[in-house]
Amino acid sequence: MREGREAPILDALDRAIVDGLQGGFPICERPYAEVAKTLGIDEEALIARLQRMLDARVLTRFGPMFQIERMGGSFVLAAMSVPDEDWARVVETVNAFPEVAHNYRRESGCNNGQNSARGARGGGFNMWFVLATETPDGIGVAVDAIETASGLPVFPFPKVKEYFVEMRLEVRRPEVLG
Amino acid sequence: MNVPSDDLDRRLVVATQNGLPLVPRPYHRIAGQLGVSADEVMARLSKMLERGAIRRIGAVPNHYAIGYTANGMSVWDVPDARIDEFGARVGALEFVTHCYHRPRKLPEWPYNLFAMVHGGSRAEVLAKVGEIAGLLGSHCAAHDVLFSTDILKKTGLRIVT
Repeated sequence: MREGREAPILDALDRAIVDGLQGGFPICERPYAEVAKTLGIDEEALIARLQRMLDARVLTRFGPMFQIERMGGSFVLAAMSVPDEDWARVVETVNAFPEVAHNYRRESGCNNGQNSARGARGGGFNMWFVLATETPDGIGVAVDAIETASGLPVFPFPKVKEYFVEMRLEVRRPEVLG
Repeated sequence: MNVPSDDLDRRLVVATQNGLPLVPRPYHRIAGQLGVSADEVMARLSKMLERGAIRRIGAVPNHYAIGYTANGMSVWDVPDARIDEFGARVGALEFVTHCYHRPRKLPEWPYNLFAMVHGGSRAEVLAKVGEIAGLLGSHCAAHDVLFSTDILKKTGLRIVT
């Protein structure tokens, strides 16, 4: 979804579902029924709303978020500097790897990077993706394979330390939307 | 602190990485697919949550679709000797959603502190980035903000089977 594209209209119930269900989904026999009760709707209505928001790409997923590092695997952020004329081919090449969990195009948005090397703000890195692999060795293998397939260098940025991760974001009130 | 995953953990990842079934008894559905009892599925998922192998179970919103149309990765060059102190303070700001120490890649990349900032406009994000700049003061040698302009892929983890 590109920046500036119109956001789907969410009603109050959609917002309550998105805000209330970014974690804590129960592990029990009828979890949807349990959550639906707290929202004052029935199980069937909650399931239908979730399906609709998944179809509309308001939600990208509904389910467990795995921390593969606690299962012996690795997550690593990596970047590439992709020439504009080669963009479509490289997007297709990189996204074809199942190890690429997500991928964003990024551009520098401020003029305060005047001290960055070579005057190229953001180092010229315009493609940023996260690799997720079942073993730590898998990261190097994936990096090499992406370099070979794309013909461009890949720069891994493994985390040295995690200070904070918050995965929940409240739906912004409609009056402040766009 | 890695705990080696056993076979059932791995099979649960594969069975749910596309999402939880949208049916009244989702854990029973998964149990049926895996040939184990629903109690075993629920007990195992609870354990995975407890030890952090599952961060959370729920909805993953598309940032753009819920109004966060400006998503900035702010990056900072701060002294390595004090990065843990600055990382903790920047990570504690209420508008920072992710904060990490990552290695520099000289000469292309002098930045070692990464902080994600989301907002309804670039101006709003830049104002928040300005707060971080104020906090770091003269300890920061350079910084930049990289705004996302397109989500190219967002599937999350995929174990290849």
